Amino acid sequence: MKPPPFDYEAPRELDEALALLAERGEDGKVLAGGQSLVPLLNFRLARPEVLIDINGVQALATLGREGTHLHIGALTRHAQAEHSSVVREQWPLLADALRWVAHPQIRNRGTVGGSVAHSDPSAELPVVLSALDARYHVRSARGARTLEREEMFLGQLETGVRPDELLCAIEVPAMAPGAGWAFVEYARRHGDFALGGTAVVLDVEPDGTVGRAAIALLGAGPTPLRAAAAEHALVGQAVDDAVAREAAALAVAEIAPTGDIHGSTEYRRDLIETLVGRALGVAAGRANGGTT
Amino acid sequence: MTAARSKARPAAAARRKARVAAPTPIVGRSVLRKEDPALLRGAARFVDDLRGGALEIAILRSPFPHARIAAIDVAEARRQPGVVDVLVAADLPDGGPVIPMRMFRQPGAERFLQRPLATDRVRYVGEPVAVVVATSRYLAEDAAERIAVDYEPLDPVTDMEAALAPDAPVLHAEAGTNLAAAFDLGRGDVDAAFAAADAVVEVEIRCGRHAAVPMETRGLLARLEPGGGRLVVHGAAKVVHVNRRILAGLLGWPEDRIRFVEESVGGGFGARGEFYPEDYLVPFCALRLGQAVAWTEDREEHLRATNHSRDQLDRLAAALTADGRFLALRAELTINTGAYVRTHGSVVPGMSGGLLPGPYVWPALACHVRQVVTNKTPAGTYRAPGRYETTLARERLIDVAARRLGIDPVELRRRNLVAPEQMPYDNGSATDGHPVVYDSGDYPRLLERGLEHVVWEELRAWRATPPQRPELRRGVAIALFVEKSGIAQWEYARMELDSLGRPVLCSGSASVGQGVDTVLAQIAAEALGVPYEAVRVRHGDTDDVPDGMGAFGSRATSLGGAAAHQAASALRERVLELAAAKLDVAVEKLELTATGVSVRGARAAGVTFAELVAASGTAAAIADGRRPGLSEEAYFRTEEMSFPYGLHCAAVELDAETGAVRIERYGVAYDVGRAINPQLVEGQIVGGLAQGLGGALFEDLVYDDAAQLVSGSFMDYLIPTAVEVPAVRVLITEDCPTQRSPIGAKGAGEGGTTAAGAALAGAVSDALGVEVTRLPMTPEWIVRAARGEACA
Repeated sequence: MKPPPFDYEAPRELDEALALLAERGEDGKVLAGGQSLVPLLNFRLARPEVLIDINGVQALATLGREGTHLHIGALTRHAQAEHSSVVREQWPLLADALRWVAHPQIRNRGTVGGSVAHSDPSAELPVVLSALDARYHVRSARGARTLEREEMFLGQLETGVRPDELLCAIEVPAMAPGAGWAFVEYARRHGDFALGGTAVVLDVEPDGTVGRAAIALLGAGPTPLRAAAAEHALVGQAVDDAVAREAAALAVAEIAPTGDIHGSTEYRRDLIETLVGRALGVAAGRANGGTT
Repeated sequence: MTAARSKARPAAAARRKARVAAPTPIVGRSVLRKEDPALLRGAARFVDDLRGGALEIAILRSPFPHARIAAIDVAEARRQPGVVDVLVAADLPDGGPVIPMRMFRQPGAERFLQRPLATDRVRYVGEPVAVVVATSRYLAEDAAERIAVDYEPLDPVTDMEAALAPDAPVLHAEAGTNLAAAFDLGRGDVDAAFAAADAVVEVEIRCGRHAAVPMETRGLLARLEPGGGRLVVHGAAKVVHVNRRILAGLLGWPEDRIRFVEESVGGGFGARGEFYPEDYLVPFCALRLGQAVAWTEDREEHLRATNHSRDQLDRLAAALTADGRFLALRAELTINTGAYVRTHGSVVPGMSGGLLPGPYVWPALACHVRQVVTNKTPAGTYRAPGRYETTLARERLIDVAARRLGIDPVELRRRNLVAPEQMPYDNGSATDGHPVVYDSGDYPRLLERGLEHVVWEELRAWRATPPQRPELRRGVAIALFVEKSGIAQWEYARMELDSLGRPVLCSGSASVGQGVDTVLAQIAAEALGVPYEAVRVRHGDTDDVPDGMGAFGSRATSLGGAAAHQAASALRERVLELAAAKLDVAVEKLELTATGVSVRGARAAGVTFAELVAASGTAAAIADGRRPGLSEEAYFRTEEMSFPYGLHCAAVELDAETGAVRIERYGVAYDVGRAINPQLVEGQIVGGLAQGLGGALFEDLVYDDAAQLVSGSFMDYLIPTAVEVPAVRVLITEDCPTQRSPIGAKGAGEGGTTAAGAALAGAVSDALGVEVTRLPMTPEWIVRAARGEACA
């Protein structure tokens, strides 16, 4: 469990990092918190020729509100976002989901950008950011681009970030006032990759009906999925048990999670259905100042 | 966590007899651990701390579960930077010696032993094929990738019953079978009992495959003393002297030219410290190269290379009367021992059958045991070996019988317990050819005290209360068990006053992190009659201790403590005699202090230990016709093991939709005869429960159809963490000290594990209304069972 040989670069400035990526990005890997990459190296499952360590690029470590949006610099540690008062007060779904990411030690080192760029469909952050309609700012020596969810998460461990590009920041739109939200997952042990999960946001009208719903599914497919049919079906409805159950059934109607020794495809699909139903109930209870 | 403990009247006489008068009792108190200051200050030294300057080894392991090795080409690996040497089997004398069994040598099992490196065939994923020695582990691993091995894959077999089929691939062609050992145990006319029974109940129970996963993986550093005089091996553990003997035999070296040194050890649990292929390869490389050579196992290796355990299929049938009397037990136990028989020989099969009867009277018993070779990592012992599995099977059988007969499961157990007046009780089984005779025990009393301690009536009321949400299900169960302690009948101890007059105990036992220094110091201090703080303990260095058996099978306290007690008692007598002569005072008037001997009631007029040691110097002593030095050796020996016993209780609430299991309450009651240090006993029980719980709900070494290990890292081999382990209500009882040891202690290392699978399976079965027949109980299994779907 020792990594194969690699070159190591540790730029201090963003431009320097982008120059290195332009030159060597094709055969290199960006090292941020290292919580996924280093094990992959040690198991010799990843063999980059060069590691470009961006931990010194302080410009990427910013976190805060910009206008109505939340700006998360890619180098923001999980723990930093988890404990940020801005995040807790205005993006409580994100703060809540972060508690489910692995263990405190890992959250102290792991970065938000790293988790997004790793694009594991069982990771919490891509799912919760998908529910929140986050956008992803990437840069290269050639210029800057902003990616939407579908452009960012292309497949399992596969993103739209090109080899010479660096994910620099994530922009999260404001949650609607009074929006109900829930993050629910189930893992065999606390801190494991979950067997299934969901992040839900419900904007509820004064009459108690859903104006807009966002349901993102964890572990449902190769990328974080949005359950569009279920979201659509909820609009105009008041969420009760039956409505939640119907929406949950719709949410999993077309998914086929990958089975493994911890749970088959069928089990995971049923689990996600259960969790979506529960999450909708929790979110509806929280909407418009509810406390459930 | 709560712990309670009680003293019992029957023990008092034995204890009075056993204990040498001391000012304040030390045994029975939760004194602070001797080991902790060094560990807490980071001053403790583990073997991996020592490797600076040594060459490092990487081992190339087979990626195939079963293959013929057609050719190995190491030329390119040899040319890699930093590489000092590359070895394959052909580089070892005669292709490498066979690693012997050290115990439970069942005839025929010797055909399945392993050599340090695969010769012409590999039989499991992870089998050592070649060794690279380089200036660092990094370079060694890089070079190992350049070794070209031409494997010709063969059909693998991982299922133990499939391995016994006539057309199964045979792993060891010379043996011509995959059945490594088989034997029958029992007594009485089982067939007649079944013919006469009112009810016959059968179960088929599978237990998953487990790894002990001590926090510190294995590691070794071998070096030659300057001048080439002796071979020194650091990193010894568990059975230090035994392994030195094995290594000496394999190298053809005299034992006294090999020194083994135990460093701090980060857990053992049965797996760490056995003699493995690496235990030959590392010293061999050091001798071959004349340089220090180090190897630290990584976790990926650990899960493939260090002994697995469990993986047992048990078919049990009970014959009962209508009112729930046990008439007979029939059992077929099949153990998947992996690709080779290792140093334990047939310990696990032997213990599986030996303790199968548990605390119950079975008038007739027939048990057939099979040890089967398959293409999995070889298996050995792991905390409560054999007992975890057969306690699970037997207690499941009893739960099923209770439901079938409409008798309360606790009551069914109560009706069939061995009565105290039947002690000592032959349970009808045997281990390694010896009858299993329980030394002592009051099982009915333990049952009642255990139920009271877990507040069983409260749990039953909780069970009957509907949970808050409809998908939640509640279940409760108890499981009873008999453990054993003190396997391998002897231990060595030497108690002495060192040249400064300080009491030092040298023990043949070993530390696997369990606190043996503390417990032995308590026993020795009380026997010698000095304060606990005054006693130093040494073990694990063959230069300090000439002989010993080690730490396994809950023996360090029961046998190591007994030897320490004898040696310390003998030294006390000598010290008192010498002091009496020197002070011209009767022995009865003397008492020991931390630093010497004083006269009771007198303010001065004592003699220090240092003065006594000086008076025992060689010249002075032989002039007086006395033995020089103040040192007493003892070999404690006992014919029989002793048998602690206990109860586990689990109350669980399941989520039938996710399969999550929440433990509402967990309790363990355990009679250890005598708790030398109650807090350490409680720690043993809670830690043991964590491992038993792991096997019940999480842990399983899963192989796929191609015989590849799927749960080969901690991402998939799930050991419980602090979140998953509940608070445990521990009751330590001392109702029945063993007469088979002067200190009465029965050993307490395993009972926290033994019945955990059984109790949790019972509680989950109760919650679901579906009988659990295999561990681990995965979320998916629970969901399906709750829906009434059959699933394997």
